[in-house]
Amino acid sequence: MLSGRRRKGYPAEVEKKTCTTKMAESSEVAVERKHVENKKKAPKRYWEETQNATKKVEAEKSSDESKQENTDKEKGKLTHDEWRKKKKERTHGKFISGKTDPFPGDAPIPEERMKKFQRGNKLEVPAGTRLKLRETLTRSEAGSDLAQNQSARYDLLLTEDAGFLEGEEDEDTCTISQEDIAEAVDITSGSKYFNLHLTQFGPYRLDYSRTGRHLLLGGRRGHVTCIEWQTKNLMCEINVMETVQDIKWLHSEAMFAVAQKKWLHIYDSSGVELHCIKKFNDVLRMQFLPYHFLLATASATGFLQYLDVSVGKEVAAIPTRCGRLDVMAQNPYNAVIHLGHPNGTVTLWSPNQKEPLVKMLCHRGGVRSLTVDKTGTYMVTSGLDRKLKVYDIRAFKPLHSFFLPAGASCLSLSQRGLLSAATGDIVQVYRDACGGAPVTKPYMAHRVRGTVWGVGFCPFEDVLGVGHAEGFTSMIVPGSGEPNFDALDMNPYRSTKQRQEWEVKALLEKVQPELISLDPGMLGKVDNATFEQKHKERVEAVGYDPLAHKKFKPRMRKRGRSSAGSVEKRKNKVAHEDQRDVIRKTVGERMEKEKKRKESAKVQLKGGELSVLDRFKKVG
Amino acid sequence: MKVKVLCRNPDDYVRETTRDIQRVPRNYDPTLHPFEVPREYTRALNATKLERVFAKPFVASLDGHRDGVNCIAKHSKSLSTVLSGACDGEVKLWNLSKRECLRSVQAHEGFVRGICSRFCGSSFFTVGDDKTIKQWKMGPPGYGLKEEPLNTILGKAVFTGIDHHQSEGTFATCGQTVDIWDELRSSPIRSFSWGVDSFSCVRYNPVETELLASCASDRSIILYDMRESTPLKKVIMKLKSNTLCWNPMEAYYFTCSSEDYNLYTYDMRCLDSPVRVHMDHVSAVLDVDYSPTGKEFVSASFDKTIRIFPKDGGHSREVYHTKRMQHVICVKWSADNKYILSGSDEMNIRLWKANASEKLGVLTAREKAALHYNQKLRDKFQHHPQVRRIARHRHLPRGIFRQKRELKEIKEAQTRKEQNVRKHSKPGSVPLVTEREKHVVTVVE
Repeated sequence: MLSGRRRKGYPAEVEKKTCTTKMAESSEVAVERKHVENKKKAPKRYWEETQNATKKVEAEKSSDESKQENTDKEKGKLTHDEWRKKKKERTHGKFISGKTDPFPGDAPIPEERMKKFQRGNKLEVPAGTRLKLRETLTRSEAGSDLAQNQSARYDLLLTEDAGFLEGEEDEDTCTISQEDIAEAVDITSGSKYFNLHLTQFGPYRLDYSRTGRHLLLGGRRGHVTCIEWQTKNLMCEINVMETVQDIKWLHSEAMFAVAQKKWLHIYDSSGVELHCIKKFNDVLRMQFLPYHFLLATASATGFLQYLDVSVGKEVAAIPTRCGRLDVMAQNPYNAVIHLGHPNGTVTLWSPNQKEPLVKMLCHRGGVRSLTVDKTGTYMVTSGLDRKLKVYDIRAFKPLHSFFLPAGASCLSLSQRGLLSAATGDIVQVYRDACGGAPVTKPYMAHRVRGTVWGVGFCPFEDVLGVGHAEGFTSMIVPGSGEPNFDALDMNPYRSTKQRQEWEVKALLEKVQPELISLDPGMLGKVDNATFEQKHKERVEAVGYDPLAHKKFKPRMRKRGRSSAGSVEKRKNKVAHEDQRDVIRKTVGERMEKEKKRKESAKVQLKGGELSVLDRFKKVG
Repeated sequence: MKVKVLCRNPDDYVRETTRDIQRVPRNYDPTLHPFEVPREYTRALNATKLERVFAKPFVASLDGHRDGVNCIAKHSKSLSTVLSGACDGEVKLWNLSKRECLRSVQAHEGFVRGICSRFCGSSFFTVGDDKTIKQWKMGPPGYGLKEEPLNTILGKAVFTGIDHHQSEGTFATCGQTVDIWDELRSSPIRSFSWGVDSFSCVRYNPVETELLASCASDRSIILYDMRESTPLKKVIMKLKSNTLCWNPMEAYYFTCSSEDYNLYTYDMRCLDSPVRVHMDHVSAVLDVDYSPTGKEFVSASFDKTIRIFPKDGGHSREVYHTKRMQHVICVKWSADNKYILSGSDEMNIRLWKANASEKLGVLTAREKAALHYNQKLRDKFQHHPQVRRIARHRHLPRGIFRQKRELKEIKEAQTRKEQNVRKHSKPGSVPLVTEREKHVVTVVE
């Protein structure tokens, strides 16, 4: 029966092996039954599968070994080393008492988690690859496998768990008030819900620093303040005596940029004005690209400008020709700037191109707000058509569309994918708004005192900051922040020394603005450009065509031999060099064909008189 | 209502005392580390730049000879001891770690042509223009005693080179013939000649210790077996080879330095064409020596530079030159694979690092890790144009730069001419000859 089932490419030896293992197994079972009769059956464990398999293998091995031992005994002597080796083999994975290891081998890693750390697809070494290259490829592949395994295993050691909020039965989580939450949690967390009543200079825009320790507030009527919001320590408070359009932290909490009525200003954390950048005028919105040290600004005049804050130079100024730019977001995955426009389009920009990378029509009305998640997969936009739309921006396809009665004025996505949308004076937070099924009701909701002007999730904390006309509200949103930070990237608990060190390291690995593109991993991929493409680029880079035929220049000859006529003659000798080859070849081919045709005709003629049936003969 | 809010205890994240090390919790989640590839590329670029910044290969110059340095030998047991012979017949022993001369001996009248240390390291042999072979003690003479050779053999003709057997008391010299000597006898135990009037170099094979190879002035390289009475085979090339060196790890390969500016690596078993042609010098190559790992070799040239070639690379990975260094006559790679010694016409022996940007001295674990990481990064991104451009760039003296360009033009003209000839002659009558086949005339068994 087995042989009947045998398939192509499934060698007979393997089947034999399975037979033997079956036999071994059955004997094993018989032995076990004797000892474990009365005991209660243990619950099934995930490792049992593997254990059985190893048992099988071991049983096989032991049977083999016993055979070998017999032969060895026949042979007689064993050296000491051999004996030790044998013993080691025999006791492999077992204790001296004869028990077997209940957890043999490495603990299995869940598929899901392995996938998280996977970079690209596995490389299949193509057949016919040279030995040296094949070795290099397999080695590098093994290296990346190891790295993937290790980092997936490291997930076990992460200390913190994400927050959550669950209502009782028939209780909507969105009906739970902030006061209740603040009361229910511990004091430290409870103190994260607070209100700042700043009625004089509002409405306020806000920005959290990348570590999540510092908060920057900018009131429209000139009030700028930075706070260490957890300790409620006021770092500086100034009034710039001008309209403040937007505020943004730069790479660390030592500096921030303020877009004022006319120009862009940079202040340090004690409120001292460091720079007034007059090249950047009428700025409405700003985004800071931390790995590129670029401050991207969108202005009322329709200019998108990039400022390199490490050297203080303008990298690019792009006239977008799209009118007033007051909706802006960055894609944290690839540092592309998204701009929303009053005609309902969203455009994607990089500093290397004067044209938008992508232009997509998202709304019937103007775009009011937009945000992009940190994996660069989803973009959420809201428009004047009172719709909230989720797009997959890798494929540029709409995923979901919701209708909000009042429309959302401000949007923000948290590190763990919670979406906050402000409608009027109500802030709503949605869970799983991007992937999965469309949501019907918000995860949380909170009414603030005035119209919301800016929202932002605090990184590494379960906090949502809301800037509004009457001041600032810090909301507790359980499950919004990333619980485990990477201290080499961003450390909320870093000391001054660590910050300085980090700053140097970050500056050393500042990514050049030329590398901003839709796919940030482009640099690690094989460039499969054709020869023509490469040649074209080379010609552009060098400024001339290095492979071009040089024009034939006849040598100057003396004694009247360089007369115009003889020069022309000499030129004619080499004229149309490459064409001649082609002509020679085609002519040769044609001649050959002609010759063949003639020959075959001759043969036919030789065959004598043509008969009627000759038409069915094959012509060679 | 069930609620949990993120609340970290700062004590878990901040060090306890200022004497403690900082706590660095890690999370390898790729979404927390965006721009992996561009950042890594930037690091690689920086590492490449830093490598070029720190590329300061010159370590020391050992001066003291009163004439050009003609030959150098490594001590077979001590890393820090080096022997050198000059054109005025003086032999000096150097201590490399102190960079000083230990001893100097007026060994010969005229040139010291060859020098080699005995395998045990207790004595060394020199040959000179005065037709003598002299054996000297490695240590200094006793108090009040004169420098006297242990042994002197007077030969019939001038000797041009010497090499000692790996483990036995025999050595080989070359001159008008290749002679095998027993240390205890004053006449050669064997003498080879194959229609040649003079040899320039003889070398024992480091693994098959009975085998020898020599370079002859009739443009041939001859292989011998010490146990046989006649030479094994020879390959005749277009131009003369000056010296040769066996690969210490794959001892069936040897590399010879040729007068035609190139070096050729041959497989002893198949001399029909060289395994690899190494081009870059712009003048005759005078000496060559392998690194102890057998992965690279260094060559000295008449164009006042020394170059380091990978054993299977056609072009050099490194070129060393200084303003003051004249024609480099001899070169040696130290036995710890870290340094290169070059002796040149202007009486100096120079000590170079084999890896130009290497940091000398003891490295801390973090330094080592950083170096390894940078090395790996450079390897990973080596084919990116910007990285490659920086890594490949070497400054050359103007003369050499121009000569190089000129040679390139000459070569282009030659290939162009050959193409034209091929185009205008009967198909197949002007065959394509590869660069490797070009330089070999014939092999004689």
